[in-house]
Amino acid sequence: MSLIATLARLEAVRAGRAQPAATVRHRHLSERPLVLVPLTTAGEAGAPLGALVGPDRHAPRLLAVPQPRDRDLRFAFLAELADVVLPYIDSCALAVEAAERTETDPESGKRVKVEVELCADAPQLIVPSRAGIDFVRLLGRSMRFRRTAEQDPQTPHPAPPRVPLLGRWLTHFGERARVPGSSLLLALTDVLARHWTTGQSSLEDQHLGALLAWISPPEGASGAEAALRAELARDADGQLECPPAGPATDPAFDNKLLAPAIERYDRARTALAAAEDGLQADDRLGALTAAERGIRALVEECALPTWEKVWDGLDLLRALPEGAHVEERWTRDRWSFTGHRDRVLAGEPPQPRRDDAVTAANKLAAREREQARLEAQEALDDPLVMAGRRLAGEAFAGEVTDVVMAYSEGRRPSPRPLVTVRTDDQPHLGERARVYRSLDGRPQSAEFVAYEEDGAEGTLITLRILDKMGRGKEPAAGSVPDKGDRLCFTLFEHEQRGGAKLPDPEQTPWTHGGPPDEESAPEAPDPVTEEDVL
Amino acid sequence: MTAPAQETAFDPGMAATRATDAILRDTLHGPHRGVVVDSPPGAGKSTLVVRAALELAAAGRPLMVVAQTNAQVDDLVVRLAEKDPELPVGRLHSSDADPYDKALDDLPNVRKSAKTADLAGLDVVLSTAAKWAHVKTDEPWRHAIVDEAYQMRSDALLAVAGLFERALFVGDPGQLDPFSIVGSEQWAGLSYDPSASAVTTLLAHNPGLPQHRLPVSWRLPASAAPLVSDAFYPYTPFRSGTAAGDRRLTFAVASDGSAPDRVIDEAAESGWGLLELPARYTPRTDPEAVRALAAVVRRLLERGGAAVSERSPDPAPLTAGRIAVGTAHRDQAAAVRAALADLGVTDVTVDTANRLQGREFDVTVVLHPLSGRPDATAFHLETGRLCVLASRHRHACIVVCRAGVSELLDDHPSTEPVQLGVTVKFPDGWEANHAVLARLREHRVGWKP
Repeated sequence: MSLIATLARLEAVRAGRAQPAATVRHRHLSERPLVLVPLTTAGEAGAPLGALVGPDRHAPRLLAVPQPRDRDLRFAFLAELADVVLPYIDSCALAVEAAERTETDPESGKRVKVEVELCADAPQLIVPSRAGIDFVRLLGRSMRFRRTAEQDPQTPHPAPPRVPLLGRWLTHFGERARVPGSSLLLALTDVLARHWTTGQSSLEDQHLGALLAWISPPEGASGAEAALRAELARDADGQLECPPAGPATDPAFDNKLLAPAIERYDRARTALAAAEDGLQADDRLGALTAAERGIRALVEECALPTWEKVWDGLDLLRALPEGAHVEERWTRDRWSFTGHRDRVLAGEPPQPRRDDAVTAANKLAAREREQARLEAQEALDDPLVMAGRRLAGEAFAGEVTDVVMAYSEGRRPSPRPLVTVRTDDQPHLGERARVYRSLDGRPQSAEFVAYEEDGAEGTLITLRILDKMGRGKEPAAGSVPDKGDRLCFTLFEHEQRGGAKLPDPEQTPWTHGGPPDEESAPEAPDPVTEEDVL
Repeated sequence: MTAPAQETAFDPGMAATRATDAILRDTLHGPHRGVVVDSPPGAGKSTLVVRAALELAAAGRPLMVVAQTNAQVDDLVVRLAEKDPELPVGRLHSSDADPYDKALDDLPNVRKSAKTADLAGLDVVLSTAAKWAHVKTDEPWRHAIVDEAYQMRSDALLAVAGLFERALFVGDPGQLDPFSIVGSEQWAGLSYDPSASAVTTLLAHNPGLPQHRLPVSWRLPASAAPLVSDAFYPYTPFRSGTAAGDRRLTFAVASDGSAPDRVIDEAAESGWGLLELPARYTPRTDPEAVRALAAVVRRLLERGGAAVSERSPDPAPLTAGRIAVGTAHRDQAAAVRAALADLGVTDVTVDTANRLQGREFDVTVVLHPLSGRPDATAFHLETGRLCVLASRHRHACIVVCRAGVSELLDDHPSTEPVQLGVTVKFPDGWEANHAVLARLREHRVGWKP
């Protein structure tokens, strides 16, 4: 934890409410995000119990699985989920704008510009917490290798149409969520904790109710009290007043309410199956429907508070102005979305179970670049984030006290002005360290030359400006700071260089096991085991 | 373990030569595409790399050398030129400003360029892994030497492995593992996990490759080798190349009785010193600990130290350049630098474990990674970090630490999730830290500043 985060937590404890950790919003928020509040069944991985889902706060769609162990009911749930999620995705996939992309021409091997489509907007999925992202990933993994009757008439348990497609999309969302700064799939607790610092631990921040209690405590209560209540308060029946944001449910809810309701449902179903005539069947169908309604009501009761809280959280975030670089990062999300749309349209197979060596290395490199980019951009967009970097000795701000014109040696002397900045910060500058400042949105680099204590007035840091001054002998207008300017230099780079190109997967070298086997692609669906047909 | 009869007959020089010969035989004449050499701290890894390079060049095999940092590459170039000034060597460098050490300009047979085409036909071409990754070639090099291979990430090897046919991988398995700034649990357990070390991936895919070990540390004194070997290399022990009396550290000025002086005397006598401050939770840049480090360094210099070793039978003065301060974090290093500057001490190397890797000093003063911490995170527990800090010295190592680290360790047993398919590393940081602390406690000097 950085020093400024520690200080902010201490302040939050003293003030009794969360302290801002950002002055702008660092993540894109869609006009019309799709909120998904999933619930899962205890004791069985990837068995959904139900969900509230939809892009409209006032019209959530309730999905429930009355018997989560029944695979047919589970498929019905997934098919219903697909009916909500896929049209939402399609609504973004259709509106496109023309864009350019550089590609390697297969014939000449040269980099050429090609005209391509870029989706004008991308879907955005919001889940309450980080565990929700894992659940989305798990759902995607469980669905994308399924076969529909249309794809494979022989398959013993065909999936409903569109379920495998939903699996591919959820997998893409889950994978994209691992890219730092991406906004296709967001966990609300992560985004809120990025923008506010509470007086509790970061582990406790993953409880949506407690986190919101710190950020906007009710009248007359401190954040700590409200958070404690959100975590622990129970009603007369022993049920949590603020149910957990899921997907896992509270054991008291499972034992006291859900288990009896499911048992009622099971009994009603067995009774219906044993009905001897039409009249009896009608009666028993009524009982079954009632039992199912009971479970739906429980699921709704459990998920609705979280649903409301997610929208409250989104409102809080919307009140912050968007950071300057957020749009650029969202464009990358749009590219990612468009790319996957094109792969689906082109009939490519679902994402493989495991990445091959080259894909894994490429992903890791891309994410490391994005992480560095995100850290730099957040600091440049937000003085409060920059303050944290200054406190950590990774940046300094101050007033220009002196500018001396100087020139480089060599045949064509170029301007290398010496700029002295007075600062109260204590940057960790090594010998000839590079520093950068933003000049009309582009980084101008300078070299650290000398350090001088200026008594109580702070430190005088002399820098040699190195670039962005034009080609002439005299620096371009406005490219050299003037005396009295207030500047902020960073020790970290503002832009990230692309890494080296890795070999194609077919060229995987011997050190990494050679090219992947031809047979393994395309991947077969998971084999059906006994557990699948309980 | 070695039988006593052999122990008396142990000749470090002979043992090292035997190991080197076997390595060169496998490299030059073996049937395998790769050879792996594990080297404990200061075991003559660079000497081995230089020797192997010369022999491969002499055998007429075009050779590329991959190191991890520019400093390592430049160091190898200088050593190669020292051994064989006639050898045509190429230094491939980046197109940044000051891409290589200016000392290379004085070497007549070293050609420097940012383009591989300019270096074609030279016997040996050296560069960093990052630069090699940008090189494209139709005809791969016959042979490569990968230096510091345990510090190289698997994805970095993936980018360069297409450039060579066979390779010698040299490195120290006990030092810091490579790291990534984003999570990589997704690939944990895969044989080609891109965030794992290059050697891990290489051996997972080529389990039959010959693995050698250098058995003797020439850097670590007889007082340090057993501790470092037991704590960090329990299954692959090594010995010191020198005997107990071969190295001596003396001071012209007698102790003034202060804690820094007492710990200096203890370390001069036994090779280890632990300056223990009272238990306390502190910020990372613990001001008292930082002042203590600076005080020890200043007294080391003020007291006119002299080092006698097998290299210099005449006492060599202990100058600022022969002393280093090691920390876990960069802000700690910066704080120590500032404290030293306030005392008027300059030219002492102050850096983090990551940047001290591969370097050697007479005396090191170390801020214990867990000093003053309320928790023991994976970063601070990492075996390699402590190993690097405790194995940079030729004479003595002084550790500055807050009391209470063993209790902290007991309160925080290792809780990292177990990943399927990942080889568990032994010893883990918890075990290694306890082993080191148990030995350091014998050389403890308490101080209440």
